[in-house]
Amino acid sequence: MELKRVVVTGLGALTPIGNNISEYWDGLVNGKSGCAPITYFDTEKFKTKFACEVKNYNPTDFFDRKEARKLDRFAQYALISAGEAIEDANIDLDKVDKFRVGVIWGAGIGGLQTFQDEVVNFAEGDGTPRFNPFFIPKMIADIAPGNISIKHGFMGPNYTTVSACASSANAMIDALNYIRLGHCDVVVTGGSEAAVTQAGIGGFNAMHALSTRNDDPETASRPFDATRDGFVLGEGAGGLILEEYEHAKARGAKIYAEVIGGGMSSDAHHMTAPHPDGVGVERVMLNCLRDAGLEPKDVDAINTHGTSTPLGDVAELKAITKVFGEHTKNININSTKSMTGHLLGAAGAVEAIASILAMEHGIVPPTINHSTVDENIDSSLNLTLNKAQRREVKVAMSNTFGFGGHNACVLFKKID
Amino acid sequence: MSDIASRVKAIIVDKLGVDENEVVPEASFTNDLGADSLDTVELIMEFEKEFDIQIPDDQAENIATVGQATKYIEEAK
Repeated sequence: MELKRVVVTGLGALTPIGNNISEYWDGLVNGKSGCAPITYFDTEKFKTKFACEVKNYNPTDFFDRKEARKLDRFAQYALISAGEAIEDANIDLDKVDKFRVGVIWGAGIGGLQTFQDEVVNFAEGDGTPRFNPFFIPKMIADIAPGNISIKHGFMGPNYTTVSACASSANAMIDALNYIRLGHCDVVVTGGSEAAVTQAGIGGFNAMHALSTRNDDPETASRPFDATRDGFVLGEGAGGLILEEYEHAKARGAKIYAEVIGGGMSSDAHHMTAPHPDGVGVERVMLNCLRDAGLEPKDVDAINTHGTSTPLGDVAELKAITKVFGEHTKNININSTKSMTGHLLGAAGAVEAIASILAMEHGIVPPTINHSTVDENIDSSLNLTLNKAQRREVKVAMSNTFGFGGHNACVLFKKID
Repeated sequence: MSDIASRVKAIIVDKLGVDENEVVPEASFTNDLGADSLDTVELIMEFEKEFDIQIPDDQAENIATVGQATKYIEEAK
């Protein structure tokens, strides 16, 4: 059976460096850091006192008070970014078959603030279980796509993918495949996360996963720098409209790019540590290239997982070199996490959007905060350090890897 | 308006996001004030907390209007 072609026809973003697509792109090309001291809670006793929060965010700008109260931040962010993408794509429910429009979303955790608040409230009581009736429906990770469908009336496939930091890449790959196979005309996809909470920071701190550069938060997320000391927790959302090519053409939709392949693999090694030989990471890129029917030499840019952890960054670059061989030095490699921090389940979506916008504008956003060369990293690689680079990008790859050993990779191609 | 009635009204305005003028004694939570089943459970829990009372489930089922809530709480206190 012949697979359908799938294109991107709408984008939305709510990120630590910009609250919509245009602000996000401005932040990306200008190398803006989204990191600052945490404002949500008192960090006095926490090892890490900073994060990439969404700035100037007021829920009542988007929701009435009653609605906002029933939505955890991760679901609010989902509705906002999906709403921007739906508007951008100009999807009119009267003109599409609503049963063939799905919502497949990614979230690594879900409503962590809600979970924390309710459990703390219970623990401080006399043991009587007085949980709010909205506790569970606010917290569960699948409520984000549930709410998107309720708001917009989309009645196709609807669920959340959970694979930690690869979650929204998995969501995009599922969306791609449903449309390819002819099950859907349109899928609203992407991911959202809002884990900047005491439980989130404390939990990741306990794993020694976070940077502790408290004296200079702005430069804390510094992928590929020799002094990197862990990732910076970020929050926000990215939304994408994936659509069957003929369907998009027939309604005269703006087409950003074609989604040409998705790859998945598993490390089968350790709960949190990357495989030392990068076997799974190498395989995920090979799977993705094969799925897209491309050769390594076809790829112009790679937005890496690049979280700014000592082990992960080097392992990923070694795997890239293995897959791309001599061509590696011709590729613009970057990590936009240097600016946004690590959006966990939303990372795949916001980074895919960065790749798509790089193709659209012919500019590769930088890996900021690099000052010290790491001897373990091949100096012939173009890591797009500190300044954006003009370059025609015809094919862009986006990598994401999650705790649990989940690897996911997506390839986008410019449509002339 | 009694103290209890005005506190009941404040909770309903806050939780259901409705206008104060709509919260009249005969107003039904679900038919007039836009509450769904979860909103109604939350309202009962808020009444219990605010007035330090217990409202058993079988009696909560009979509290469908603003007036019924006020009356129940006045009698329970």
